Amino acid sequence: MNSLRLPKITFWRVVLVIVLAAGGYSVVYRLIYGLGAATHLSDGFPWGLWIGFDVLTGVGLAAGGFTLAAVVHIFHMKKYMPIVRSSILTAFLGYLIVGVAITLDIGQPWRIWHPIIMHNPHSVMFEVAWCVMLYTTVLALEFAPIVLERFGWNRLAHAFHVAMVPIVILGVILSTLHQSSLGTLYLIVPEKLYPLWYSPLLPVFFFVSAIGVGLAMVIFESGLSSRAFGHHFEMPILAGIARALVVVLAVFAVLRVDDLFRRDVIRYLFVPRQETYLFFLEFLVGILLPMGLLAVRRIRENPRLLLFSATLVVLGFVLNRLNVSITGMVASSRAAYVPSWMEIAVTLAMVGGGFALFALAVRYLPIIPTEARIRSSHVLQSQKHATPAVPATAG
Amino acid sequence: MSKALLIDVTKCIGCGLCYEACKESHGFPIPDEQDTDLNATTYTVVQERGEYFVRKLCMHCENPSCASVCPVAALRKTPEGPVSYDPTRCIGCRYCMVACPFEVPRYEWTKAAPLVRKCDMCYERVRAGEATACAEACPEEATVFGERDELLALARRRIRNNPDDYADHIYGEHEVGGTSTLFITPVDYEKLGMKKIAITEPMPRLTWEVLSKIPSIVTVLGTLLTGIWWITNRREEVRRKEQGERSHDHPSGEVSHE
Repeated sequence: MNSLRLPKITFWRVVLVIVLAAGGYSVVYRLIYGLGAATHLSDGFPWGLWIGFDVLTGVGLAAGGFTLAAVVHIFHMKKYMPIVRSSILTAFLGYLIVGVAITLDIGQPWRIWHPIIMHNPHSVMFEVAWCVMLYTTVLALEFAPIVLERFGWNRLAHAFHVAMVPIVILGVILSTLHQSSLGTLYLIVPEKLYPLWYSPLLPVFFFVSAIGVGLAMVIFESGLSSRAFGHHFEMPILAGIARALVVVLAVFAVLRVDDLFRRDVIRYLFVPRQETYLFFLEFLVGILLPMGLLAVRRIRENPRLLLFSATLVVLGFVLNRLNVSITGMVASSRAAYVPSWMEIAVTLAMVGGGFALFALAVRYLPIIPTEARIRSSHVLQSQKHATPAVPATAG
Repeated sequence: MSKALLIDVTKCIGCGLCYEACKESHGFPIPDEQDTDLNATTYTVVQERGEYFVRKLCMHCENPSCASVCPVAALRKTPEGPVSYDPTRCIGCRYCMVACPFEVPRYEWTKAAPLVRKCDMCYERVRAGEATACAEACPEEATVFGERDELLALARRRIRNNPDDYADHIYGEHEVGGTSTLFITPVDYEKLGMKKIAITEPMPRLTWEVLSKIPSIVTVLGTLLTGIWWITNRREEVRRKEQGERSHDHPSGEVSHE
């Protein structure tokens, strides 16, 4: 530990400080003067950037956690073990941020706990609230062994490892439910959401695209952290993830097009208006282009192009969620909506804070595998199965 | 039996007494200039539409979207008819505002801790057996309070007896599965700026169809995942055992990992 050393001033750190300061100011302003003063929301447009990006998009971007946990702990694809931790970290941070965002977005933040004792099983929001609460707990349990290991409490960490399979199964169920339910939220507005996005299949679309973006985020964050921290980019593993991503994107694309035909709304693709362009941008640049790129082995196995393609998927996903929650709702609403600078500042602070916490966690916790840890985890695995009674002693 | 309001646009003279009575009975100050749309302190307005006057207020759906989406059940369809609101439960999430097909609920945007506001069909008065403040104030019987069945019969009678004065449609009889606020209009209601609602099914069905599947999803997915784990885990065990046997043959004890 090199304590008492002042952090170096770099470009990104300066940006981070500015973003966090602006966001912090906006949060305080919102808490004192209320949503009406801090945001451009109105009776005609009650849900804006904080719901559309911070919540809907945030939850999706954190989907790598349950996907990777399932791949490794349930499907036993141990090859992906080295990246489970960073995806669980992303998910845990993501859900914490989403929790903060929801709390800020509701008019009575101190009543955030109300759904615990006030029930309405007919409400999608009620179900989402419960799933998010429970899943954040699950993520804390999945994250706990990492912290315990850091402090050398290996006996306790091992207890968590033993309980991990049921925890992961619970996490996958909860994630399946609320990832899809965020789409179900919009089933109640068939006459408000633009036909290119409104579909009875919204829950399915939200679920499939969450898996896709979860995988893309795993690549994205590995790429960024390998650049930032000089770890080596886990290429063969990530190329495998990319291959799975191609399949998920293909399934999504087929479902989406099939749905447009089934609902007989293909004609909307030829109407020259903003929604049409946004749809094409989302579908061509966010789905088909990265799918095509990643289908090519040379591109998949090139770190730079792999990162580029994953970034396209992430951006396409963000655009999709914003289209469902904001741009697809504008036409039917009584009010125009452009987020206020404070809404944008809080959103940027959430993103910046997420990056910063991720960087801190990677620095101080055993997240990114070192050669030694990979070896010891293999030893741990075989030890565990050979003599289950012996507590793991991996450093 | 469930109470309702019948608003006969042909009879409304635009006097605004319903608007004032509503403000008064809910304790809101009456501004010098009459509000033109609903807001946090205006539960009903009378809007001028050409030569006609059209009231706007909560439709009190038989099967309300707002009540179905509310995560804490702050909004509720009461057996008496009104869709009531409990401000002590509300967390201010605004899903009701997003979901309402008639775009009725309003928010206290000027407050630091806003709540939702909307017409409650004078729930306290209705429970006490009284008519709503607006119906009581109307000098022309353009707004009538009563049993929904009886009001529907009255509306039908008026349309049948004076077919030239009315469009042949009761707005709220079938819209989103029926509402407790009913309108009869001299011309097609869409020409009066009222929202076209093509859906005659209760909207909450749209989400309930998915939500009701959750128990099955949980049990099936739980079983499936456990099953997959069981199979892949067994495979892993077998593989490890075979490796162990092989490593016995090699005294060096080296185990190869792929």
